[in-house]
Amino acid sequence: MLHLNKGASAALIVGLLSSTAAFADQRVLNYYADYDAIPLAAMEALIADFEAANPDIDVVLQNFDHEGYKTAIRNFLTTDAPDLANWYAGNRMAPFVESGQFMDVSDVWADNGLNESLGSALASMTIDGKQWGIPYTYYQWGIYYNKDAYAAVGAEVPTTWDEFVANCEKFAAAGIDCLTTGTSALWPGAGIFDYLDLRTNGYEYHMDLTSGKIAWTDEGVRNTFAEWAKVQPYITANHAAIDWQDAAALLVQGKAANYVMGNFAVGVFKQGGMTNDNLGFMPFPTINPDVARAEEAPTDTIHIPSGATNVEDAKTFLAFIASADAQTKLNAAIGQLPINSGSTVAADDPFISAGFELLSTTPGGIAQFFDRDAPAEMAKIGMEGFQEFMVLPENLDAILERLEAARQRIYN
Amino acid sequence: MATTETPNRSWWHRNQQTLTPLLFLAPGLLMFAVYVVWPIFSSFRLSLYDYDGLGRKVWLGLANYRELFADRAFKTSLKNNVIWLVLYMLAVPAGLAIAIFLNQTVRGIRIYKSLFFFPFVISQVVVGLMFAWFYAPNFGLLYKLIEMVTGKGIAVLADPHLATYGIIAAGLWPQIAYCMILDLTGLNNVAPDQIEAARLDGAKGLKMLWYVILPQLRPATFIAVVVTVIGALRSFDLVSIMTNGGPFGSTRVLSYYMYEQALSEYGYRMGYGAAIAVVLFGIMMIFISGFIWKMVRDERGAR
Repeated sequence: MLHLNKGASAALIVGLLSSTAAFADQRVLNYYADYDAIPLAAMEALIADFEAANPDIDVVLQNFDHEGYKTAIRNFLTTDAPDLANWYAGNRMAPFVESGQFMDVSDVWADNGLNESLGSALASMTIDGKQWGIPYTYYQWGIYYNKDAYAAVGAEVPTTWDEFVANCEKFAAAGIDCLTTGTSALWPGAGIFDYLDLRTNGYEYHMDLTSGKIAWTDEGVRNTFAEWAKVQPYITANHAAIDWQDAAALLVQGKAANYVMGNFAVGVFKQGGMTNDNLGFMPFPTINPDVARAEEAPTDTIHIPSGATNVEDAKTFLAFIASADAQTKLNAAIGQLPINSGSTVAADDPFISAGFELLSTTPGGIAQFFDRDAPAEMAKIGMEGFQEFMVLPENLDAILERLEAARQRIYN
Repeated sequence: MATTETPNRSWWHRNQQTLTPLLFLAPGLLMFAVYVVWPIFSSFRLSLYDYDGLGRKVWLGLANYRELFADRAFKTSLKNNVIWLVLYMLAVPAGLAIAIFLNQTVRGIRIYKSLFFFPFVISQVVVGLMFAWFYAPNFGLLYKLIEMVTGKGIAVLADPHLATYGIIAAGLWPQIAYCMILDLTGLNNVAPDQIEAARLDGAKGLKMLWYVILPQLRPATFIAVVVTVIGALRSFDLVSIMTNGGPFGSTRVLSYYMYEQALSEYGYRMGYGAAIAVVLFGIMMIFISGFIWKMVRDERGAR
């Protein structure tokens, strides 16, 4: 028995040795990511295409849980860096860039003409005049609404904020929440603030605010909150205790009319039974007509950690992911928008086509989202302030003073 | 050789009484030093730095502590910890009441005892989820009940003035069960002859409870107080599951605020988090030294 086992394990070792020998000329590319099920399948299909085109490279994808990844990345970048890692654009990548954890990939941008083809994301990928990663997908934010609720109270889809607020009174009379949200995890409230600020003060002002150059007690910020105060009474009560999916259920059931959300929510609305016939999408209404329309489109990115061992192949992979075809294929599978201007989107999905149209014609600029544009600490304190304002609007002065104190501490 | 061996041996023999316990203690002490004592001092040191876990540590001196004592969120956390401490103590008398109620011999009493003990067996995470659903707006049982009675539901966890009490109520459920089981074991050991004697002297009801039963339950009550105080101070999981410290930070407690600052998605202020940990450690030390002091005194008194 013993001899047999020894013989078997010896055979196994020989087998293993020969199998590694067969792939000895393949270079391994380690890729750490945080995909959910559908994007994971799409990325695996794309990796298969890449490996077919580059038979000497073997991409090993290690997928993490989405939330756990945010903690894990801080450990693995310093201890056991992969060759490629997922992250986000804007200020969210700044800590890793400034601490030297991400590699400068400006050459990939220059060599592949990405400064033009990925132009809409260039600003959010640039720190200190260099690019630090490749964006592969983004999605629009806006207002998703229940067409049946609009029909029930005889409201028109608004294009200006005044019309929107006027509609709210009709909805309130019918017992429908005009605007719903679920701020238990804080971030959905930031979407409302971002859009109100972008529409009231414009992109430049909003970016200056999130990067700490404008005081939170500034007149412009107060104007934004004054617009917010107009709809505050019509926002779903108890939003502080519910998740964004619970609020989505209110929209599906017709108990709420409008929801400021990202396009990823469409899947949830449709799971709840909505179809293209009763789910609508509109750009956030105009508040100040003199302000150029700006939009919110959080961008997901891939980076090369400084500790990467196979940098050359990693750059080949980034160039592949940046290409128009790869972005078309990936985004068609995950129902989001490609960044490459040469890519195409599915014309039969009204939300995707609306988003593509919206973002590709944005004159003002594209914001990433409050918690990606502002540093993490400011984002947390800010989003708590937004939630508090929606519950207790009379606390506005105290909230703004607190945010201003935080700004002076965080950005100095 | 022989000359050197003999004194060695006699040295061992002479000190065997002291050395043996030390040798047995050594593995435990080593573990305790490496995994408990060293991290404590390491936190002390870290609380004097600005450190994001990636970059360089920057020496700040006591600046973290100065900021802490001006920090509104810290004050809220401290206040909530005090509320937790006070209300959590209700578990001790409530557990005792249930224990006395269940301390009788009727058919199937074991089943009733296990049912009352059940909340302590399930995980805090599950307790938190159950209560979060119980309070949930629109579909929660409590919300619906209040809506039926008053016409307007109250979403406990959405209200900054009620949320902490809602979480403490969830925490009390398993904590009462724990105190109950401690008192039940204590009640098993109450000397029947003393009860007999008291009864002959005409004691009954509250008098019997106060003068005869309770003094004999003192050890159990002491343990119940200790675990309840520590449970209240380290409350974290229920806050994390039920509200994430919200709405807008009104249900934060020190341990959760420490986690938020040091380790959560928007945190990574390791130094500041460590400063909160040091304050929490200080508060716990006050109670723990009190408990240890009492135990030592009792042991001396027993001798």
